Amino acid sequence: MDAKDILGLPKNSFPSSADKKPRPPKESQRKPDGISREVYALTGRMPPLMPSIDASQLKKKHPPHEKITWQWLPFTNSARKDDLHLYHWVRVVNGVPPTGDYSFAKYNKSVDIIKYTDEEYEKHLTDPMWTKEETNELFDLCGRFDLRFVVIADRFPSSRTVEELKDRYYSVSQAILIARAASSGDVATHPLIKEPYNVSQEMERKRALSMVLSQTRQQERKDEEVLVEAKRIAELRMASKVTEQPQLVVASNADAEVTERAVPGETISPSNVQPPSMVVPSATDNASTLASLRMLRVYLRTYALDQMVQASNSSAGLRTIKRVEQTLQDLGVNLKPRVPTKAVCAEHLELRREILTWLNLQKQVQYKEAEGSSFRDGSYGETPGTPKDRTFIPDSMNFGDIHKTVVSSERVGKKDQKRKAHGGPPTSAHKRPRKQKASDL
Amino acid sequence: MTNSSSSKKHGQDQSELSGPTSKSQRTKMGKSEDNDKKNSGKKLKDVEISVPIVYGNMAFWLGKKASEYQSHKWTVYVRGASNEDLGVIIKRVVFQLHSSFNNPTRVVDAPPFELSEAGWGEFEIAITLHFHSDVCDKPLNLYHHLKLYPEDENSSMSTKKPVVVEFYDEVVFPDPSEAFLARVQNHPAVNFPRLPAGHTLPPPIPVEDANRRRKGDTKDNPLSQWFLSFSEADELLQLAAARQQVQAHIAKVKRQISLIEGQHKQLKSSSDQ
Repeated sequence: MDAKDILGLPKNSFPSSADKKPRPPKESQRKPDGISREVYALTGRMPPLMPSIDASQLKKKHPPHEKITWQWLPFTNSARKDDLHLYHWVRVVNGVPPTGDYSFAKYNKSVDIIKYTDEEYEKHLTDPMWTKEETNELFDLCGRFDLRFVVIADRFPSSRTVEELKDRYYSVSQAILIARAASSGDVATHPLIKEPYNVSQEMERKRALSMVLSQTRQQERKDEEVLVEAKRIAELRMASKVTEQPQLVVASNADAEVTERAVPGETISPSNVQPPSMVVPSATDNASTLASLRMLRVYLRTYALDQMVQASNSSAGLRTIKRVEQTLQDLGVNLKPRVPTKAVCAEHLELRREILTWLNLQKQVQYKEAEGSSFRDGSYGETPGTPKDRTFIPDSMNFGDIHKTVVSSERVGKKDQKRKAHGGPPTSAHKRPRKQKASDL
Repeated sequence: MTNSSSSKKHGQDQSELSGPTSKSQRTKMGKSEDNDKKNSGKKLKDVEISVPIVYGNMAFWLGKKASEYQSHKWTVYVRGASNEDLGVIIKRVVFQLHSSFNNPTRVVDAPPFELSEAGWGEFEIAITLHFHSDVCDKPLNLYHHLKLYPEDENSSMSTKKPVVVEFYDEVVFPDPSEAFLARVQNHPAVNFPRLPAGHTLPPPIPVEDANRRRKGDTKDNPLSQWFLSFSEADELLQLAAARQQVQAHIAKVKRQISLIEGQHKQLKSSSDQ
């Protein structure tokens, strides 16, 4: 209620009852055709954009000349090692039962685990960290659980981390493969050899992942800020990198901001042309403009001046720029110097900067004067800054007590209205409401 | 390292010894000298060399001799700002004329870098400066709109007095090679920079067309009487005066602001009772 009051919204007292009556008749009118009401409701009460499949197409049409029966028949599963006979319903066509293996047998896939002999173990696979029993156990589990190391780690008798188990398994497999191969070239393409398991890397990776996962929101935000900062610094550094690699400068767009007079030569495009985009993202830094100019082999003074002027203008809006130019004209200064020597260009730039400063200061004066007038009138809402100060002071007295702050804010509203009526210096009016408040406590 | 140190400087901090030195410029140079000694003592990189040029055209109305397609005789050119010989820096200049001209690409291999033609139309001419190999391997483009008719439409055209449009500019080489510096060390066409203290340049190596027959400067050029003069002194004075005015305004506004702030403080303190 209060919120609506403040926002100035009209209070709709009976919106719901007005809607209820027209709604039910509307709903019953729209009876979906072909699908049930509930399903239609799932699609958001809209017909689908794509024509749905005609339901009649879904029904399989029986080939008329075939005779279909269903029979309860026994079957065997080649995936099983025992000789289990089970029964199930079978679709028999014209008295001929279907042939072939159990249809799900093909899904019984397993991983090929390398099996080593004791001799091989003695020769290649001994390891100070692992006993033979442990290694055997590991390989047995690997076979049983198809290299699902999480399960294997769980079932492993002694407590070993997943990384340790993986490391042992892969290094053993590698050693065996190499030992059994005729030459090292044969197995070089084997995935186990080509990409060996790196324990430390894996542990580090998992640690980093868990860190990222467990980061609090605040940390995330901080990290983002740091990254953005780093990116900016990297860009600045890129911009001020000098002749170390003159040929590899950023891709050349044709310089759109050509002055009437001249543009740097473009026969070898990459280094010499300075795209305006280089200047802008570097936070309109004059230093970066200077740096990018220095990267050119040759340029005209007027071009350099134009770039610097743009850089200093980029921080100002279009209106301000026009005002600067108007001021220059009023002062009798050429917008583009007639004799653009180094000294003249420098002076010109300085003058432009000083004019910008002057204009900004003028704006400041306007703001300050506006502030000042609100102080004097004491009218609520004229400028955002000051009334808050007023209302804040009384509020702080009732800080702990919610009810009282509500009451006091209403009181404050009335206070301000009283002040408006007075219009004069606020001191006397101010004191009376304060006294009321004190009695509240 | 140079990058970070030089990025703090303004453009004017790089020291230079240019032709017409006014008092204000000398004091500025004094400051920049100090900076230079601090920063560029280690590398030659902060040294920039510039060549003041003037480019433009001159057009004579042919008067009685004018035909429909040739009403004016004009010359487009690039010259040293003080009419010095640019051949020491520029190897050749290519003037790209309007396609209606025969062989619109005109190459001028030796100074004075000028091209004369006759015609009736005004169009943009692309002027490409090709420098000597030790100066710069990239050419520089200028664009000049050929002017035949006087600005003021009412003024009568005379066959004796040409329409002249010239622009002053400076070709800047931000990172000149030592060979280049050595070769042009004392040449009047060039704004030679102040080198770091005690720096010696290698002996100069002359460039290909040293055996030019005609002299390259434009001091005695038949058109030189019409050349415009470009003095930075006037512009500097104008700018200095303008800056003074603006600075005075700034001071006034700052006083205003502090006054208002003082008033605010008073109001605030009185209301905080």
